[in-house]
Amino acid sequence: MTATTSPSERELLPRYRSLRRRRIFASLGTTLALCCAGLAAGVLLVILAYVVVQGARAINWNFLTQLPHPIGVPGGGVGNGILGTLIIIGLATAMAVPLGLLTGIYLALFGRGPIPEGLRFLSDVLSGVPSIAIGLFAYAVLVAPLKHFSAFSASFAFMMLMLPLLVRTSEQAIRSVPQTVREGALALGMSNFRATMYIVLPTAMPAIITALLLAIARVVGETAPLLFTAFGSQFWQANPNQPMAVLALQVFTYAISPYPEWQTQAWGGALLLILAVLILSLGARLMLRRATRDLEA
Amino acid sequence: MQQLEPRFRRVARFVSPADRGFAAVVYGGSILFALLIIALFVELVLGSWPSIVHFGPSFIWKSAWDPVANKFGALPMIYGTVVTSLIAIVLASFVGIMAAVFLADFAPRWLATPLSFMIELLAAVPSVVYGLWGLFVLSPFVRTAIGPVLQKFLGWTPLFSGPIYGVGLLTAGIILALMIVPTVTAISRDVIAAIPRDLREASMALGTTRWETAIRVVLPAARVGIFGACVLALGRALGETIAVTMVIGNRPEISSSLFAPSYTLASVIANEFTEATTSIYISALIELGLILFFVSIVVNALARLMIWSVRGSERT
Amino acid sequence: MRRSFYRGLVTLALGVAMTLPAAAATQLTGAGSSFDYPFFSKAFYIYNQKRPDVTVNYQSIGSGGGIQQFTAKNVDFGASDVPMNAEELGRAKQAVLQIPVTLGGAAIAYNLPGVSATLRLSRQALADIYLGKIAKWNDPEIAKLNAGVKLPDTPIVVVHRSDGSGTSYIFTDFLSHVSPEWKSKVGTGKSVSWPAPSSVGAKGNEGVAGQVRSTPGAIGYVELAYVIENKMPAVTLQNKAGKWVACSPETVAAAAATKPNVSPTNFSIVDSAGANSYPVSGYSWVMIYKDQSDKTRGKILYDVLSWLVGPQGQSNAKSVDYVPLPVNVQNAASATLRQMQR
Repeated sequence: MTATTSPSERELLPRYRSLRRRRIFASLGTTLALCCAGLAAGVLLVILAYVVVQGARAINWNFLTQLPHPIGVPGGGVGNGILGTLIIIGLATAMAVPLGLLTGIYLALFGRGPIPEGLRFLSDVLSGVPSIAIGLFAYAVLVAPLKHFSAFSASFAFMMLMLPLLVRTSEQAIRSVPQTVREGALALGMSNFRATMYIVLPTAMPAIITALLLAIARVVGETAPLLFTAFGSQFWQANPNQPMAVLALQVFTYAISPYPEWQTQAWGGALLLILAVLILSLGARLMLRRATRDLEA
Repeated sequence: MQQLEPRFRRVARFVSPADRGFAAVVYGGSILFALLIIALFVELVLGSWPSIVHFGPSFIWKSAWDPVANKFGALPMIYGTVVTSLIAIVLASFVGIMAAVFLADFAPRWLATPLSFMIELLAAVPSVVYGLWGLFVLSPFVRTAIGPVLQKFLGWTPLFSGPIYGVGLLTAGIILALMIVPTVTAISRDVIAAIPRDLREASMALGTTRWETAIRVVLPAARVGIFGACVLALGRALGETIAVTMVIGNRPEISSSLFAPSYTLASVIANEFTEATTSIYISALIELGLILFFVSIVVNALARLMIWSVRGSERT
Repeated sequence: MRRSFYRGLVTLALGVAMTLPAAAATQLTGAGSSFDYPFFSKAFYIYNQKRPDVTVNYQSIGSGGGIQQFTAKNVDFGASDVPMNAEELGRAKQAVLQIPVTLGGAAIAYNLPGVSATLRLSRQALADIYLGKIAKWNDPEIAKLNAGVKLPDTPIVVVHRSDGSGTSYIFTDFLSHVSPEWKSKVGTGKSVSWPAPSSVGAKGNEGVAGQVRSTPGAIGYVELAYVIENKMPAVTLQNKAGKWVACSPETVAAAAATKPNVSPTNFSIVDSAGANSYPVSGYSWVMIYKDQSDKTRGKILYDVLSWLVGPQGQSNAKSVDYVPLPVNVQNAASATLRQMQR
């Protein structure tokens, strides 16, 4: 370090030296942390880049509207997969929203006690169950006894995947409606039913819709339960009681195939899935901002 | 977050028939919800009962998976699940915690918001897209770049010996790590941000650098919550199916090398369920599902306990 | 907010209802062998163009899966490269008809960058590779058969099926015929315990082809159509007569010609005699229930399948690199089909 030092400096030297070293470590450490954050965010960009570049090649009007072609016949698309995804998610939403809302209302109105706690515990359990186990359940309950694969069994599996988020958010959203609003309604002589349905729920709706959008974003890419529920199809199918093509399943089947045209279509399907998830997530964020704005008003 | 006050509950009477109907519907919905989840558990147990009875507890430590001879043992699958999840959690917790520290304590607002957003978006990418990317981009990369480098420096250990296929435990572990990094980062960042400012200010008043404060003061204070975040992420990694199926190599074998192909509990069910021919085969697969179910529940419950104790009653 | 949500729901329901008439057409479902998948997908596509109100939805999930789903009555017909044996027939609890629908060969595809010549393998060498006894491409056994070819020092990555596969059955049947060690140690089956250490499992013929294609040093057994479609190099095998044959529709047809009368109990044509026979060939089968509970559906199923095994359906085979059934086999199949109570 320094050659000539005064006695007072010598006293300070050990602390000074270690301070410099500490500062170096601190900069290194901060850089490391920055790199880690950058790495995590960067991976997203890398994946997105690949999907966009590879997938954009596959996407055209035919891809979005046509049926898959057999091997050896070029062209074709994932039109039936897109329709199937919409139908299955639509059905799942139709089942999950009422059930989730009702349970959320129950938990919000009767917050304490062993039974509500038990329900919350079950909801937590369900959110941790792997999707493949839920697929097994849907198979055992809706495919094996009825002896055919169906889109409805896939919707059932998706419903179970969406429920925990809906239940939790409905409960929180209803609870966070200010006391004053609820008391005001009751003071006007409304029954509990009317108060909840016409006053409390609409106020809580934006938050619930946010949760719904996020739940849909989660299931739009779920493939595992589809393997033994929806089964897939190469044709147009809108009857939920029949096997149906689903976009996520088509991406999986095409990806593990050896045909380059199919692999390109797999990337195209992946791009569609990511776009759907992005739009839903952004929509959820916008809704959330609106919800908090409304509540603060 | 408001709790219903006791006096309000007494006031909330069910006066009209509409109210009673409403109450019935609400009760009914909640009961149905509970029944569904209980039915899930019951179905899994019923389905695996023949296998439980036939193989007994030795199912867990037997390693033969022979559909022809109807001999099934879960050990290779448990091994694959444990190893891939371990790789994932080791990689993801390091990167995730560092990223969380940066986002919570160091990044200026204009940087933190977009970075957090992007990391959270990683969580939204569908599993099959991860698998696709893993199969076509990461696998060749592991085979041509990461694998040979690891083998050059660490090839003397059994962990990195053997031929490098591209697919295998290591690739699956890396993909899982990518999938769970957002969980670790987001929850850890919230936990770190929730540590009171006075702790940091006191530390810095004593002359520590910001980095030292973060590492030696804030992180230990937040360790329970961060650990909970890691355990929650572990729970997600354990159940991940499709992305792993596409890059694991599908071989029910225990090998010491991380480059070797393997199998996980979830991916064997995905691959073999539709064609399990004998009832004992189906039952064995469902028993694997049951094992996975239990493990996930235990891990998740543990995680939530840890996270709640730091973040209070606010739930993740 | 709530009202617009419900409105959206109603619109969705109406939209779904409006498309329902389109689905009034009959859709038959079949599942099973990935061996047949290229042939089936082409044939059923052509059939749908001829007869737009019938669609046949075939999913390639492996022969084992086909038999399983057929037995569980989740599908109208199953497809498998190996007919159901007595035990499987017993599980079906009803009379089952099995007809051969196509003929194909399992080519031995490989991926060896830097080696442009087509490799030769004797039947014993192939068995040894899959037994794990030959681990590198430049093993003296292989070099001996390929004089003049510079073989790299790459480890052999053995690829096999991870799902229950009729193609695996044909291949292991072949290996059991040529290697007593394989026969005693591993045996024949749709799903066996593959002895080669660190071999890789892939799902479906498509998966094996994909895996071999993307892994340098890999070798795998894949249905011929996949190999031709993807322009993958395939091994020239030495057959029982000692001649070197490549897998092609002609060599597979030659193997089939050595056994003019096939039946579900006597169907193996692997390792057949004959100068031009390809050793790893096999028929592929479709199974249906003799008594169809839904008579209309049963009639449509009969129409589809008799078209498939007749000259018109079989003419699609050539264009996708499958071998049309020999005429006498076509007639036998049609005769079996007529037993269907329709």
